[in-house]
Amino acid sequence: MISQFFVLSQRGDNIVFRDYRGEVAKGSAEIFFRKVKFWKEDEAEEAPPVFNVDGVNYIHVKVAGLFFVATSRVNVPPSLVLELLQRIARVTKDYLGVLNEDSIRKNFVLVYELLDEVIDFGYPQTTSTEVLKSYVFNEPIVVDAGRLPPLGPAAIFMQGTKRMPGTAVTKSVVATEPGGKKREEIFVDIIEKISVTFSSSGYILTSEIDGTIQMKSYLTGNPEIRLALNEDLSIGRNGSSLYDYRSSSGSGTVILDDCNFHESVHLESFDVDRTLSLIPPDGEFAVMNYRMTQEFKPPFRVTALIEEAGSSRAEVILKIRADFSPNVTANTITVQMPVPSYTMRASFELEAGATGQTTDFKEGSRRLEWNLKKIVGGAEHTLRAKLTFSQEIHGNIAKEAGPVNMNFTIPMYNASKLQVRYLQIAKKSKTYNPYRWVRYVTQANSYVARL
Amino acid sequence: MAPPVSTPKSASPSQPSGKSEVTDLKLQLRQLAGSRAPGADDAKRDLFKRVISCMTVGIDVSPAFSEMVMCSATSDVVLKKMCYLYVGNYARCNPDLALLTINFLQKDCHDQDPTIRGLALRSLCSLRVQNLVEYLVAPLAAGLKDHSSYVRTVAAIGVLKLYHISATMCHDSDFPAALKALMLSDPDAQVVANCLYSLLEIWTQDAANSDEAAREIETLYGKSIIYYLLNRIKDFSEWAQCLVLDLVSKYIPSDNNEIFDMMNLLEDRLQHANGAVVLATIKVFLHLTMSMTDVHQQVYERIKAPLLTLVGAGSPEQSYAVLCHLHLLVMRAPMLFSSDYKHFYCQFSDPSYVKKLKLEMLTAIANESNTYEIVTELCEYAGNVDVPIARESIRAVGKIALQQYDVNAIVDRLLQFLEMEKDYVTAETLVLVKDLLRKYPQWSHDCIAVVGNISSNSIQEPKAKAALIWMLGEYSQDMMDAPYVLESLVENWEEEHSPEVRLHLLTAVMRCFFKRAPETQKALGAALAAGLADNNQDVHDRALFYYRLLQYDVAVAERVVNPPKQAVSVFADTQSSEIKDRIFDEFNSLSVVYQKPSYLFTDKEHRGPFEFSENLSNLAIGGDSGDDVIHSAQRYEENDKDLLLSTSDKEENGGPTHNGSSTYSAPSDVNSSRSLVSSSTTQPAAFAIDDLLGLGVLDTPVLPPPPALSLNAKPVLDPGTFQKKWGQLTVSSSQESTLSIQGVASLTAPQSLIKHMQNNSIQCIASGGQPPNYKFFFFAQKEGSSSFFLVECIVNTASAKAQIKIKADDASASDAFASLFQSALSNFGSS
Repeated sequence: MISQFFVLSQRGDNIVFRDYRGEVAKGSAEIFFRKVKFWKEDEAEEAPPVFNVDGVNYIHVKVAGLFFVATSRVNVPPSLVLELLQRIARVTKDYLGVLNEDSIRKNFVLVYELLDEVIDFGYPQTTSTEVLKSYVFNEPIVVDAGRLPPLGPAAIFMQGTKRMPGTAVTKSVVATEPGGKKREEIFVDIIEKISVTFSSSGYILTSEIDGTIQMKSYLTGNPEIRLALNEDLSIGRNGSSLYDYRSSSGSGTVILDDCNFHESVHLESFDVDRTLSLIPPDGEFAVMNYRMTQEFKPPFRVTALIEEAGSSRAEVILKIRADFSPNVTANTITVQMPVPSYTMRASFELEAGATGQTTDFKEGSRRLEWNLKKIVGGAEHTLRAKLTFSQEIHGNIAKEAGPVNMNFTIPMYNASKLQVRYLQIAKKSKTYNPYRWVRYVTQANSYVARL
Repeated sequence: MAPPVSTPKSASPSQPSGKSEVTDLKLQLRQLAGSRAPGADDAKRDLFKRVISCMTVGIDVSPAFSEMVMCSATSDVVLKKMCYLYVGNYARCNPDLALLTINFLQKDCHDQDPTIRGLALRSLCSLRVQNLVEYLVAPLAAGLKDHSSYVRTVAAIGVLKLYHISATMCHDSDFPAALKALMLSDPDAQVVANCLYSLLEIWTQDAANSDEAAREIETLYGKSIIYYLLNRIKDFSEWAQCLVLDLVSKYIPSDNNEIFDMMNLLEDRLQHANGAVVLATIKVFLHLTMSMTDVHQQVYERIKAPLLTLVGAGSPEQSYAVLCHLHLLVMRAPMLFSSDYKHFYCQFSDPSYVKKLKLEMLTAIANESNTYEIVTELCEYAGNVDVPIARESIRAVGKIALQQYDVNAIVDRLLQFLEMEKDYVTAETLVLVKDLLRKYPQWSHDCIAVVGNISSNSIQEPKAKAALIWMLGEYSQDMMDAPYVLESLVENWEEEHSPEVRLHLLTAVMRCFFKRAPETQKALGAALAAGLADNNQDVHDRALFYYRLLQYDVAVAERVVNPPKQAVSVFADTQSSEIKDRIFDEFNSLSVVYQKPSYLFTDKEHRGPFEFSENLSNLAIGGDSGDDVIHSAQRYEENDKDLLLSTSDKEENGGPTHNGSSTYSAPSDVNSSRSLVSSSTTQPAAFAIDDLLGLGVLDTPVLPPPPALSLNAKPVLDPGTFQKKWGQLTVSSSQESTLSIQGVASLTAPQSLIKHMQNNSIQCIASGGQPPNYKFFFFAQKEGSSSFFLVECIVNTASAKAQIKIKADDASASDAFASLFQSALSNFGSS
C-alpha cells in the first residue's frame, strides 16, 4: 500500500503532495530528490525507478519532465505501483488536456480531488476517467498548448502535419469546448518503436518492433467500436514456422510474436476475422500492445566508415539512405557517433546544397552529431568529417569509435505493416457521423550501426 | 476567476514569506466567514486554493484552522472538498480544533447526495484524532449499510482507518465481522475489494496476539472464499484483481484438476495490458505448479512471451520492473531461456540499470549453442562509451569463460581486449585472466605470452595490479623477466598506495624466489625489509611471517608459500540458494527488484503476514507475542528445489554435464539419502535423550552415555549471522521425526511450537507456512561455548512428520544436539 504520493518539478519543488497514511516523515520529497539527483557521485548513472532509503521505498516514474513518486513502507508489488503512477499521470492528462508543470500548478485542487478518489488510505480505488467524472467537481483550467513543448508519442502528430487539427489531442476529455458542444471524434494511433542493430558489414543482427494501438475517444455515450486489423495477421512465433517462407519473401503476412489487450476489448471475433470490439472508456488508453521480431524492411540504411588519414588524423563518412516511399517524410533525425577519446577537433563537410542540416562535435562526450530536419523517402544523405587527434593512432581505430546511433520519427509510416482496415462506430442515429482519425507513426527506439 | 497564487516563485519552500501570508489569509477568511453575499463562494474558493497551495509547499497554515472551519458552512462541493483536505491534514496536530469540524462532518454524513455522504465519511475517518473516535462509530456503521456503493467503499476503508486510531474501538463495534459479511455479500466489486484490504491488514496485525485472527486469515485463503473471488474476478478493477490474485497465490489446491481449472480460468489474465495483473497471474501460475515439474516448465514457456511484450511496451520504469522479474526467472532456469538470448541484448537507449540486468541474464543463459553469439555481442559493448557497462561486459565474458563453454575462443577474445590498450579494459581483463588461470591452468601458456607484454607501469587499478603481480609470482618460471619486473615494483614500494597490491607483491616475490632464487634474492631482501617497515599492519605481519618462516626452514617455507596448486573448480556464488528461494517466494514484490528478501529492507511492523521474520527479542520476551511470527510461503520449497536442481547443481559443481534433457529430473538420491540417515540416527538418539533428561532407562547400560550437552538458555544470534552461517555450514545431521498426536493438535499456529521449543532453550529465528505445512528455523547455543546449532524444521501436520536439518559450528556435538531437538519435538503437546 502507498504511504504518500507526490509530484515534483524538475527542480525538486513540490507541486502536489498527498499523505495517505501518515507513516512516512514529511521530508520524504526532499530525501527522494536528493537521492535521484546524486545517485552516484562521479558516474553519470541514472537512479533506478525503485529504491529504498532507511526503510522507505521510493517508486517513481518520469512523465513530462515531472517526477510522479509514491512512497511505501511495505513490500508492495513494484509493477502495481509503477502502473498506478503512470495511470495517475494519464488520468490527469485526460482531465487537463495537457500535462506539464504549468497545467498541474494551475489545477492542483482538481488534482487533489482526483487523488482522493484514485487512492484511499494507500489502496488503489479507481483510475477510470469515466468513473472519476462523477466525483470530481473542479472544472479544469485549460492551459494553452501551443506555446508549450508537446509531450508523449501522440504529440508528434502536431508537428507540421496539416492533416490533423492541431489542438485535438491536447483538449481535455471532460472540459466543455468554448462553443458549448463537444466535437464528436475518436483518435486511433498506431505507434511503433523500432530497434535495429546493423553489423559492421551492414547485416541486420537484431530487429524488433514494439507497437501500441492507442485510442483516445471524445465520443459521447460510449458507443461500441469495431476495429478491424489485417485479416492475415497471425500471433505467436511458435506457430509461425509454417509461414516462415512467406514472411521472408515479404508477401505481407504480419506475424506478431505476442500481444496484450486493454480490459475493455472483446476478443470473441478476433480469432475469426481479426476484429477487436470494444466500448472505449473516456480518455487515452492502449487498446493493444504488440511485439514483432519477424524480419521487416528497416526504414533507413546507415553506413559508417572511419579511416586513418595520416598518423594523427582520420576521416569519417556517414551515409543514410531512406528506404521508404517518396510520399513519406521522416523528421527530426539525429545521427550520433562516438569518436576516439583523444579526438581534439572535427571539421565537417556537408553535401552540396544541403538544407536543414546541422553538425556538431560534442567535446565533452566525444561524439559527432548530425541533425537533419527531414528526409524524404528515397533520398540519400552523406556527411564527411575530418578528425584531428591529440596523439598518434595505434591499434584498430574502428574499435575506438562507434557505434552510430540514429533517432527519427516517421509519421504515416509503420514498419510492421499492421493496418487498421476499418474503424466502425455503432450508429446512434442516421446523422451521427463522428470524426475518425487513424494515424500511424514509427519512431526509433534503438537504431544502431556498428563499425 | 482570479489566477491562483501558486506561481512557481511563491511556491518555493525556502520562501520565508509564509508567516505574513498566513496572517493575511486568516484575516481575509474571517471577513468572508459569515458572508452570504453573491460571489462569496467564488472568493472563498480562491482563498481556499491559496491555503491549500501553501500547505502543498510546506508552509504551516494550521493557524488558520478555526477560520477555515468557520468558512466551511457551504453547499459548494468544491469548497467542501478543499476544506476536508485541509482539515484532514491538520486535525492531528490540532485535536481541540478538530472537534470543531466534527459537527459539520457528521451533518454531511447524512446528506442526501451520496457523494457528499461518502466524502464526509472519508474525511471524518481521516482526522486521526484519538479522542474523536467515538464520533466515528455511528457514521461508519451507517456507511457500511448505505444503499450507495460509493459510501460503502468509503466505509470499508474507513473501518481500517478507525482500527489504526483505536483497535479496541474497532473490535468493540464488531466492525471486522461486519466487513466480512459485507465482503461475502456485496454486489459491488470495489466494496468487496476494500473489505478485503481492510480485513487483511486488521487480521494480520491482530494475528500477533490472537489465534482467532490467525484462523480468520486462514479462512481468507480457504477454498470457499478463493472460489467466491475467482468466480467474479472480471468484475473487479484491474487493481483489485491484483489483490485477488495475490490471495489466490497463497491458496493450496487439493488436487491437480483444481490447479488446471484455476489456470484455465486465469489464462486470459496473461494477455492483460496492465503489467501488474500479468505479474500477479504469473505468481499464481508459478506457485500452483510448483509440485508439477513438467507443468511448471510449461508455465515458464507460456509466460515468456507476455513478459517480453511487457518489457517492450510501457514506460522505461514499467519495463524495468518486469525485467527484474524476468531476470529472476532467467537466473532460476537459464536453460529455458537459452534460445531467447537476443531479447537480452542491450539497446542504445537502455538506462544502465537495465543494461546491468541484461548482462547478467546473458551470462546466465550462455551455453554451448549460443555462447559464440553472446560473447561476440558482449565484446561489442567492451568498447562502449559507457565505461561501467563496458567493464560489466568484460566481466560477463569472463564469467562465461569460467562456465567453460568454448573457453578456447573466449581466451582469444580476452587477449584481444588487452590489445585494445584502454586502461579500464586492460584492468578488467587482467583480473579475469587471473581467475581463468586459477580454474584452467592449462591455458597459462597462451595467456602468459600476452600478459608478459603488459607494462606494470601502465596499470593503475589496485585489483588489476594485484592480478598481474599474482601472475608474475605464479608463472615466474615462464615469464622471462618476472624477477626483474618484481624487483622494479619492489623498488617503488613507497609509491604503492594499496595494501592489497603490497601484500600480493610480498607473496609473488616469495614464490618467484623459490623458482628462480639467484635472480630474486635481492628483490626478496628488499621486499621483506620494506614490508617490515610498512605502516599497514597486515603487510607488516605478512612480511614478518615470511621472514621468520625463511629463518626457520626454507624448505618448510616453500611448502607453505608455494604448494602444488589445485585448480579451482568453482568460484563461490555471491548469493546462497536459500536467499534466492526466499526472493522467489516473494515474487511480484520489491524483493525481486532489490534482489534481497524483504526482511532485509522492511521494518518489522511493516512486514506482511507472509514474510520471513527475524526478531528474536520479541520472541523471547512476549508470552504470546507472535508479533513477528511470520508465515512465509514455504510450502513448495522442497519441490521447487528438486525442480531446479540442475540450476543449483551448476552453481555448486560447475558441472559441464548438465544439458537441457536432464534439467527437470527429480533428484531421488537426495531423498533417499535423507531417509537413510534418519533411520540410522534415530535409534541411538532415543537413548541419548533419555539419558540426558535423566529419565534413565535403567536396563540399557550397554551404550556409553554420550557427552551431556546443555544449552545456553538465552543465546543471541542476529538473523544476518544466521543467514551467513546457514549459507556457510554444511548439513551435519538430517533426519525425520514423528510428532505426537497431541503435538499435531497443538500446532494450530506456529507460535505454539515456538514457545515450546523456547522452553527447551531452542530459539526460533523464523517461521512460516500454513496448514498443513510449516517451516521453522531454530537455533541454539552450547552452554559455555560460542558454537551454535542451526536447524531447519519442516513440519507436515497431515502426516505428523517433521523433516529436520541440522547445521552446527561444532559438528561433533551435532548428534547430541539432534537427539535433544528430537526429544523436545516429540514432547510437544504432551506437557
